[in-house]
Amino acid sequence: MNPSALLAVGQTALELGLICSLTVLALFLSYSMLDVCDLSTDGCFTLGAAVGAVVAAAGYPLLSIPAAMLAGMCSGFITALLQTKLGINSLLAGIIVNTGLYSVNIAVMSGSSNVNLNKKDTVFTMMKGLLAGTPLKGQHVAVVSAIAVVLVVAFLTFFLNTRLGLAIRATGNNPDMVRSSSINPVFTTIVGLCVANALTGLSGCLMAQSQQSAEINIGTGMVTIALASLLIGATLMGRGSIFTRAVGMVVGAFVFRLVYAIALRLDMPAFMLRLVSSVIVALAIALPYLKEQWPVISRRLAYRQTAKGGN
Amino acid sequence: MLKITNSSKTFNPGTVNEKRAITGLSLHLAPGDFVTIIGSNGAGKSTLFNAICGDFLTDAGTIVLDGRDITFTPAFKRAKVIGRLFQDPMRGSAPGMTIEENLALAAGSGGWFSHMRAGDKKRFRDRLALLDMGLEDRMKQPVGLLSGGQRQALTLLMATMNPPKLLLLDEHTAALDPGTAEKVLKLTRDIVSEHKITTMMVTHNMNQALELGNRTLMMDRGGIVLDIRGKEREGLTVDDLLEKFKANAGRAMNNDRILLS
Repeated sequence: MNPSALLAVGQTALELGLICSLTVLALFLSYSMLDVCDLSTDGCFTLGAAVGAVVAAAGYPLLSIPAAMLAGMCSGFITALLQTKLGINSLLAGIIVNTGLYSVNIAVMSGSSNVNLNKKDTVFTMMKGLLAGTPLKGQHVAVVSAIAVVLVVAFLTFFLNTRLGLAIRATGNNPDMVRSSSINPVFTTIVGLCVANALTGLSGCLMAQSQQSAEINIGTGMVTIALASLLIGATLMGRGSIFTRAVGMVVGAFVFRLVYAIALRLDMPAFMLRLVSSVIVALAIALPYLKEQWPVISRRLAYRQTAKGGN
Repeated sequence: MLKITNSSKTFNPGTVNEKRAITGLSLHLAPGDFVTIIGSNGAGKSTLFNAICGDFLTDAGTIVLDGRDITFTPAFKRAKVIGRLFQDPMRGSAPGMTIEENLALAAGSGGWFSHMRAGDKKRFRDRLALLDMGLEDRMKQPVGLLSGGQRQALTLLMATMNPPKLLLLDEHTAALDPGTAEKVLKLTRDIVSEHKITTMMVTHNMNQALELGNRTLMMDRGGIVLDIRGKEREGLTVDDLLEKFKANAGRAMNNDRILLS
């Protein structure tokens, strides 16, 4: 692989990693903090993409960002409502919302399964204009995404150390304790999922604008990809302060994209992405369990060996 | 302070598993009362605590705490004025968060977006030092690293950080080794007498039941069968207590974990 090709691989991984790391940070909030595996992530990512693209196509690229975040927040609110107020299992609540969002997303795109942003202004083309003639020329995707990531990491570091943030973290840890601190865990779950899904929406919005189109399948498999990144990040930088761990999430997203991009260069077909992420997630979650079980397994194997020898 | 009137709770009504956990129970505690509670297995001691805390709503009767009717108040709102410790030391704190973060959450001062201040940390450190367990130097460590005794002591601090109107102790020292149990018990006594908190404590230790507090309740089959205080309680021995129980409940105390000495 020549140096310029390598650079291009790094560039793509950086851009995609930064954009997707927003979804990873969303799962950092819902999966790591609230202990809720939010399966509406795929649909919510697409929702953010669709809303962002439609608003940008209408000529309001800057407005597209808060619009996508607000849409994500609404989606998170409904997921949270289903699991806290209507007694629906949290995994099922995510699946239900995810299914419903498919129709919503097509409706948002006026009945079509995609929105084209070709020759339309997006936050990226705006930045491209600003960067023209500076040393960062051509880096508009990375710059916009980096700004978003820095803002979100700063926000999470602040938010998760406030009283409300502490309560959200405790909700996933020990809901009894939240209740005995006179805080309603229903409230913390709703707030947590709203914020998380706003971030997922933002991630989808940036993804659509960076590739200048939104389509109905843009978010498919996102939850697994983001979980894989999250687990990589948690392995690399899973201890320490909230800031360290949040940065770890961004690093995890980048490493995941880098590995994937290199694999693509080595002639792995693009459609393998989701299988790779599935395997990573399955392994990352299974390994600690297997490690724990290993003494029992090895003892059983040894026992079988001796039993055989005895015969 | 606490006035429970004619409260009842039946679990799984109308099924073969029907369990009448509390039956028409009435109880009146004066401010500053320290009540020890003993009773047979399944007498309804923990159910009574759960009812007071609002884990479920009672089927009948009213609960009034400090002049406020809390019969239908949700559990998390009652927690503002009720502190509670369980037998399981793991239930009271969040293992993935640091000691100071746990304390900050329990202290509950400031608005939703307030941060821990240097003053708060100093206050936490001073409180932790009272435990004499060296926790004041480990404030940035996750609570999951503490031993059961340390966690229970921390939970006691958390529950009394803002002195509650009522403190419920459900065998909170039963799962600890004797030395630690003694320490946590002494701490409980100190905190309760310092803030004059009205306290109810379930125990299996009959001596403890007579030694601690100013009043002893005996429960059986969902009701209070014996309520001794004042002169009657002074000089009472464990044998007297068991005799009284038998006379009032109509059967001997049946508790497989009871400690007679």
